[in-house]
Amino acid sequence: MEPKTVRMKTPLGQVRGFGSARSGTTTFWHQRLTSVAAIPLTIAFIVIVISLLGRNHAAAVQILGSPLVAILMLLFIVTTVYHMWIGMLEIIVDYVHDELLKYLALLANLFFCTVAALASVYAILKLSFGV
Amino acid sequence: MAETRIPVARPLSPHIQIYKFMLTFVMSGFHRVTGAVLYFGMVLVVWWLVAAASGPNAYAFVQWFMSTIIGRLVLLGFTWGLIHHGLGGVRHLVWDTLHGLGANEREWLARATLAGSISLTVIVWIAGYLIMGGAR
Repeated sequence: MEPKTVRMKTPLGQVRGFGSARSGTTTFWHQRLTSVAAIPLTIAFIVIVISLLGRNHAAAVQILGSPLVAILMLLFIVTTVYHMWIGMLEIIVDYVHDELLKYLALLANLFFCTVAALASVYAILKLSFGV
Repeated sequence: MAETRIPVARPLSPHIQIYKFMLTFVMSGFHRVTGAVLYFGMVLVVWWLVAAASGPNAYAFVQWFMSTIIGRLVLLGFTWGLIHHGLGGVRHLVWDTLHGLGANEREWLARATLAGSISLTVIVWIAGYLIMGGAR
């Protein structure tokens, strides 16, 4: 906490220039959108994983690389990773109050989610198109 | 002349240590904790997919790890966490429509979420073992 000092600015003057208040609900709304999308996609993900249990690599590649499964997996990954990014962002801004630590954590969150999404998408596409 | 205003001790929003320990409170915490754990659980999904794309040896290693006791426990936790967070999310979506916020409904929804996540996890694992038995 910084020591209380005499401020000449009015309360309105203190918040001017920090951007529009209208954009504040974007992540809230996107978290709802991704959660609705995640319901059928998570069910699909669980069904896909169960159907792969006990199968060898060749069978797993064949199933994961088939169009319907690959498209569902891509949708599942993109939706949940975006949902994860918003969720962790909210946890960080709730609990990490040190400015430097907060920005490092937010950066780590973005990097983690980017790597997770791109690695998964690359793997699914490689399984689909062979090579 | 500038007035020096002494800061007023304004009321703070209720913080975690003053909440009464009740089911809805615990479930709210569970939702956030399962979300955070699933975040790191995504590493398993990425590992599994990249291993499948890498080749038979990498995939066999993932399968071996998941067949160990630690791997099985991690998977069980992941399954329950995923289903619990999913059902908790549905509960939140219901609340977003301003339904189910009454005292009895809150309690009922909390119990239903917990009972649902545990029973669905059991069903998924039974299905998993049946499928595994059939695939060999």
